Amino acid sequence: MTSVSGPLLKVNNLQVDFGSGDTVTHAVNDISFQIRDGETVAIVGESGSGKSVTALSLTRLLPTPPAHYVGGEILFNGRNTLALSENDLRKVRGKQIAYIFQEPGTSLNPVFTIEYQIAEAIQLHRPDVTDVRAEAIRALDLVGIRNPAQRLGDYPHQLSGGMQQRVMIAMALACQPKLLVADEPTTALDVTIQKQIMDLLRDIKVKTGMSIMLITHNFGIIADIADRVVVMFRGKIVEDGPTGEVLRHPKHPYTRALIDCVPKLGAKQRRLRAIDHAEIEASA
Amino acid sequence: MTSDLLHQILRRRAGAFCLVVLILFYVAAFFAPLLAPYATSDQDLTKTYHPPTGVVWQEGRLAVRLYKLVDPTCAKYEAEPGQFAPIHFWVKAPTYHFLGFIPVSHRLFGVEAPARLYLLGSDETGRDVFSRLLYGSRVSLTIGLIGILITTVIGLTVGGLAGYFGGVFDSVAMRGTELIMAIPGLYLIIALRAALAKYFDDSDQIFILIVVILSFIGWAGTARVIRGLTLSLRNRPFIYAAEALGQGPVTILWKHLFPNLFSYLIVTSMLSIPGYILGEAALSFLGIGIQEPSTSWGLMLSQVQDLKVFMLNFWWLLTPGLAIFITVILFNVLGDVVRDIVDPKLKTQV
Amino acid sequence: MKTYILRRLLLMIPMLLGVSLLVFVLVYISPGNYLDALKAQRDIPAEFIAKKERELGLDRPWYVQYVSWLGRTVRGDFGESWSYRIPVAELLAQRAPATLALSLTSLVFAWAIAVPLGVFAAVYRNSIFDKLSALSAYAALSIPEFFLALLAVIFASQWGVFPTGGLSSIDHDYLSPVGQLWDYVHHLILPTIVLGIGGAAGLMRVMRTNMLDVIQSEYVMTARAKGVPENVIMFRHVLRNAINPLVTSLGFAFSGLLSGAVLVENVMNYPGLGQLIFQAFMRKDRDVVMAAVIIGSSMLIIGNLIADILLAWVDPRIRYDK
Repeated sequence: MTSVSGPLLKVNNLQVDFGSGDTVTHAVNDISFQIRDGETVAIVGESGSGKSVTALSLTRLLPTPPAHYVGGEILFNGRNTLALSENDLRKVRGKQIAYIFQEPGTSLNPVFTIEYQIAEAIQLHRPDVTDVRAEAIRALDLVGIRNPAQRLGDYPHQLSGGMQQRVMIAMALACQPKLLVADEPTTALDVTIQKQIMDLLRDIKVKTGMSIMLITHNFGIIADIADRVVVMFRGKIVEDGPTGEVLRHPKHPYTRALIDCVPKLGAKQRRLRAIDHAEIEASA
Repeated sequence: MTSDLLHQILRRRAGAFCLVVLILFYVAAFFAPLLAPYATSDQDLTKTYHPPTGVVWQEGRLAVRLYKLVDPTCAKYEAEPGQFAPIHFWVKAPTYHFLGFIPVSHRLFGVEAPARLYLLGSDETGRDVFSRLLYGSRVSLTIGLIGILITTVIGLTVGGLAGYFGGVFDSVAMRGTELIMAIPGLYLIIALRAALAKYFDDSDQIFILIVVILSFIGWAGTARVIRGLTLSLRNRPFIYAAEALGQGPVTILWKHLFPNLFSYLIVTSMLSIPGYILGEAALSFLGIGIQEPSTSWGLMLSQVQDLKVFMLNFWWLLTPGLAIFITVILFNVLGDVVRDIVDPKLKTQV
Repeated sequence: MKTYILRRLLLMIPMLLGVSLLVFVLVYISPGNYLDALKAQRDIPAEFIAKKERELGLDRPWYVQYVSWLGRTVRGDFGESWSYRIPVAELLAQRAPATLALSLTSLVFAWAIAVPLGVFAAVYRNSIFDKLSALSAYAALSIPEFFLALLAVIFASQWGVFPTGGLSSIDHDYLSPVGQLWDYVHHLILPTIVLGIGGAAGLMRVMRTNMLDVIQSEYVMTARAKGVPENVIMFRHVLRNAINPLVTSLGFAFSGLLSGAVLVENVMNYPGLGQLIFQAFMRKDRDVVMAAVIIGSSMLIIGNLIADILLAWVDPRIRYDK
């Protein structure tokens, strides 16, 4: 999977703070990692570990204040998005880096039709497309929605959670981005639907060859899709390596703890493990 | 909770300012008989529509200018040069009963008759606008408090019981609130006023009547919201727990449900005070509220409808309007401050 | 949708019955009746008054009077105004449109001011503009309607550009059709502003709060992540959502407008329903009171219905027939 040219995304010493003065928290504290072309990288950590902040920082989506981009750089295709103008940034958002979020139900605008929301993205970033509607249908078809032409006129609330997330993915794919950032894409969904969505993402990865940055707290879902795993703990990266390597031989105690949290089928385990932060701090 | 709230209010500039000014207003209203130079019905038909008397520093003490009526047809007064009447403090006055039982025979300040002290001019029968404003403030400042008390009690009882029991009681209560809300508010108020007036004849009772009528319109909205909140709380586990312990509905409502509604109640109460002040003023203005010889700000303003008043620019007769405006704005700002403290998520009501 | 509207209209019937019964009883128990003025004159013989009382049916028990009033009204006969000596229907035909026009123009005025101001206050949150508009909103909310009306009359009489009252000028009948229309509009301007300004302030505050609420929502983040320009996000994505609660408040606003109209019409001498109903109450002109209350309540209930229909129209999540 390694490409000869430089990495698609290279994050160097990124630091993001929330608040200021006495109440400042370092949400992301001096992290560096990279994603190569066509690579799928999973960022794993608990809520509050800074993984979502990292994801949103890529195109400066965090509202400032309370967030502050204190230091570091985010090189996407060699350009530092932290230094881009608001105008140039808009051309990266959606066109180069597309997002899907945790709650498909609240991430789609309730008063617009599916068609409007997909078409809006296409019109913004692909002005050469003449038949926007056909393109929207194609996008819906790509994410496995049956009778896409009929679904176009629907409003988000008329769809199930799984369908809504497929629409979100379709919307993200409609502009053929280089990097798809999936921020906990399955957390809000039923287990069976989770599987479908993950299968869909893997399918898309194969079909389109785009890079995916998968944010999750669940080690269980990354094994079949991620090439590499980055583990975050309290705003720092504690482990970064190929998925198989990390799963088999976790170096950091926190990673071990996270892996232990995943319930194993057939394992004689009475209780699910809880993570003891003090213990991790002590042994790290 | 209450002292904490007070502390929070005082920590905010707008809240502290409004609270302090309102307290000053209440003190002034309470001591109105002492502070006012004249009684509410103290007329002087030779000095109608008198402009505010100029107060000057004369021979080492405060004094008022004396005026001469130059043109009686348009109530034109002119200050007489070199003519002053000194202002005395703690002057003797006809005995009155402060709070109804303490006999007092002095007022804080005044001038010797036949000179008159009109800080804010006089009205069509030569009564002192300033004194009447002070007395009138008693109506505006109390009506909101009594009003929200009545509304809250009725709203809580009806809404709470309707939400808790559901069934027939609920539908009857809700149809009742719908009925009240289907009639434009002021139409119903006028109808109630016309129907009930005969049972409340003297002026103190008219005040009570007006509070009752305004509350009658107000409780419907409160009851509906309380019912909704009760319904949503009704199915929470802690209510089942209380029921399982064998507590009766009244205990459950009182001990478990109402404390949960406290923040909502305190905010809506604060925000609905202006409605009562404006309602009373409107009724009195229309002539169906507080009656002469009593006074209220709305009643005082009804004089302004006289064509003569505004053609001749008797601006001081508009001061009751300003008083209502200031009082209401203070309550509005204070209400918003309280809402921000108690429940920042409550949306601004229409 | 059709069945829903039909059902709501049918529900109006028991509601209006209840309203009429309540008001009828209130009018009945209010002391004295229309003939009081006659009784006070010593030269009118008692027999004449008794005869008149029988004629108007005032000597019968209240429920008989109510049933006979109801019977007439259902047949479309609103009775006769005892003081104006013309059919009530004719009186209402003059007055109700004037109040309806005033209420609607005030509503349009309030929305036209409130929505843009609320949006800008939210977009430029904590700016000078936001603070100034918040301050003006407090002022507008706190000024009594009748006092504002008084000030408007004073202003009109001193400045002379606007008429001090009335529905139309004395020479109205001699004007061209366009001139007549302008004459009506000219007389409507001040009452509209007076009646609408309080509502505008309230709506503006709600609009601002809603905008700030919606700005926080996740679909705004989605739009931003799509690369939608900020102004499109504000004026399309956010505004379309933030306006829905305002539509709900439309029905509520009608009640306030009709009440406010009573004050504004009385002070500004605008011959509408509010002025009519107040005078009718004072004169105990029962049939006029009843008809005016019924018309006012109908306007209110239909206003609520229209608000609900509009809400279904602007918010796809709301559907009434399932």
